Amino acid sequence: MSVLVWIEQSNNGPVPNSFEVLGKAKEIATAMGVKTVAAVVGGDAAIAETVRAYGPDTVLTLTSPALASYRLSGYVAALRKAVEAAGATVVLMAATVRGREIAATLASQLDAGYAPDAVDLRVEGGKLIAVRSIYSNNILADVTFSSPVQVVSVRPRSFPMPEPGAASGEVKAVDPGLSESDIKEKVVDVKSTDTGEVSLTDASIIVSGGRGVAQDPAKGFELVTQLANVLGAAVGASRAAVDAGYIPYKHQVGQTGKTVKPDLYIAAGISGAIQHLAGMGGSKLIVAINKDAEAPIFEKANYGIVGDLYQVLPALTAEFKKRLGK
Amino acid sequence: MKVAVLVKQTPDTAELPKVSAEDVRSGKVKATMVINPWDEFAAEEAILLGDRYDVDSVAISMGSPDAVDALKHALAMGVGAAALVDSSDISGGDMWTTSSALAAAVKAEGAELVITGKQSVDDNSGAVYAGVAAKLGWPLVSAVTKVVDISNGQITVERMVEGAQETISVSLPAVISVVKEINEPRYPSFMGIRKAAKANIPVTPAANLGVASGSGKTQWTNIRKPEERKTKCVIIDGATVEEKAAKLVDALMAEKVI
Ligand SMILES: Cc1cc2nc3c(=O)[nH]c(=O)nc-3n(C[C@H](O)[C@H](O)[C@H](O)COP(=O)(O)OP(=O)(O)OC[C@H]3O[C@@H](n4cnc5c(N)ncnc54)[C@H](O)[C@@H]3O)c2cc1C
Ligand SMILES: Nc1ncnc2c1ncn2[C@@H]1O[C@H](COP(=O)(O)O)[C@@H](O)[C@H]1O
Repeated sequence: MSVLVWIEQSNNGPVPNSFEVLGKAKEIATAMGVKTVAAVVGGDAAIAETVRAYGPDTVLTLTSPALASYRLSGYVAALRKAVEAAGATVVLMAATVRGREIAATLASQLDAGYAPDAVDLRVEGGKLIAVRSIYSNNILADVTFSSPVQVVSVRPRSFPMPEPGAASGEVKAVDPGLSESDIKEKVVDVKSTDTGEVSLTDASIIVSGGRGVAQDPAKGFELVTQLANVLGAAVGASRAAVDAGYIPYKHQVGQTGKTVKPDLYIAAGISGAIQHLAGMGGSKLIVAINKDAEAPIFEKANYGIVGDLYQVLPALTAEFKKRLGK
Repeated sequence: MKVAVLVKQTPDTAELPKVSAEDVRSGKVKATMVINPWDEFAAEEAILLGDRYDVDSVAISMGSPDAVDALKHALAMGVGAAALVDSSDISGGDMWTTSSALAAAVKAEGAELVITGKQSVDDNSGAVYAGVAAKLGWPLVSAVTKVVDISNGQITVERMVEGAQETISVSLPAVISVVKEINEPRYPSFMGIRKAAKANIPVTPAANLGVASGSGKTQWTNIRKPEERKTKCVIIDGATVEEKAAKLVDALMAEKVI
């Protein structure tokens, strides 16, 4: 028996969130008294070496020309082979777009219980329990399983990023036994949208702007971005800012945007609507900058500055520059 | 060709914070129920495809008899027909139970393309479309941002993953889930609402679609509200904005988040 983790690959190598999951997987496997296995499907099998440093007992590599680029049906078929080879009873992966479709498809095909986008995991009496945040982060529930195999996708940043160390696990190739005709999808084109900016779901700090920049949106988001840059932070936004066209949708935080979990969330010119809070209420520390002292965001914030963001943001940027020696 | 849109009835998002653990435990959520906001994008896309191609659309929902309201919303937007899978006689199911029943309903409708939303705002699973695809043995493309083309038994779509935009072709029949970038859902017209009010929506008990109570592979236990955030906000005071900024930076450095 084992706990199996799918190591997702993106443009430039393994997706770091996969290692957060691998770190937790080791804990779970230890509690269950079973092995930890990582599966590297397709792409660059050489990343197995990088994966080894995160301490799984075994790294399985499944390569085939049919798996050169990510395609759901092929990757699920390969993972099923990995589940078999590893005798896995628990299968974990990061709840990215691909992670979520793979986890759901795998679980459904195996008729296995599935806990999507879990925020915590533990073992009780030898059994896996996954914690889910449902009703758009307004309810928590423990998920218990009644199937021999249990599949969980894990919300990014739910667990700390482990440090790589000395590698001792073995690397084993498993034949996925797939040919092109087994694969349902044809990839016509892939365009990288990686602009080098810090992504919202990975960020430990996020600076967000809202409708409060309406007076001069371009300037407002420039100020937000400048503060973000000094802090190595990602740029977020409220739906009002996105709907008004101040900034693209991929920056939207909230109910119909991204759920984020940074250590620090700075909200500038955001009132703190329920749907915005649904996406960032799990932040460790919230700072609100708003000219209205009555804005609901202050009820959730740890620190607040009542003032005009056009003045407060540059002052903060200047102060951080000074302190951080930038 | 027929397109099936899967729509769920879910609580109004503005009322989600009021949902209690007891509501969830009993399955009787006291909130205004509406069409799952993500599913409006699915309904809109089905309507738009009707303008582009020779396709009929049908909205399918599984839920209590009240879920007809979500279907009526889809009809009022312009979806061609609707069908309800009544789940009142089923308990102890999970997302795969829902997927099985919906897959059977899709089959019964003779649809060749299934369009769903990104996720439900109550279950937040993003799993039902994968289940429907798996049960039907059809290809799935999730997170679709654009339907590029449907021709020669193939559908070509663009979709978004972290760090990349992919263009993917699969053969029909197929399942796609769509995300917000795909379109701007229309408001139901007055005429649409009148038509929907008069529509005859057939109801099939879920048990007739081959699903049974207690078939779920997961159970929710220890249902609870998340801990309230400690809400004591320290308002940073100061004579000048520079002074406020300095004090805030001091505080954040002391909190060790920088
Ligand atoms: C189904 C549904 C889903 C939704 N999903 C989301 C979602 O995912 N994310 C989301 O954010 N919202 C979402 N919303 C919208 C949400 O209800 C709010 O409308 C939105 O969050 C408001 O954005 P805002 O705070 O930027 O704007 P406002 O509420 O207009 O607040 C602007 C704030 O800026 C302040 N301000 C103005 N000028 C300045 C200045 N110069 N300096 C400092 N402060 C200033 C004002 O005092 C005010 O508090 C959703 C709504 C619905 C119905
Ligand atoms: N009970 C249901 N009836 C109809 N469609 C559903 C139902 N549950 C989920 N769906 C569809 O599946 C999508 C994903 O839902 P979920 O897996 O619950 O997050 C939704 O956006 C709907 O399109």
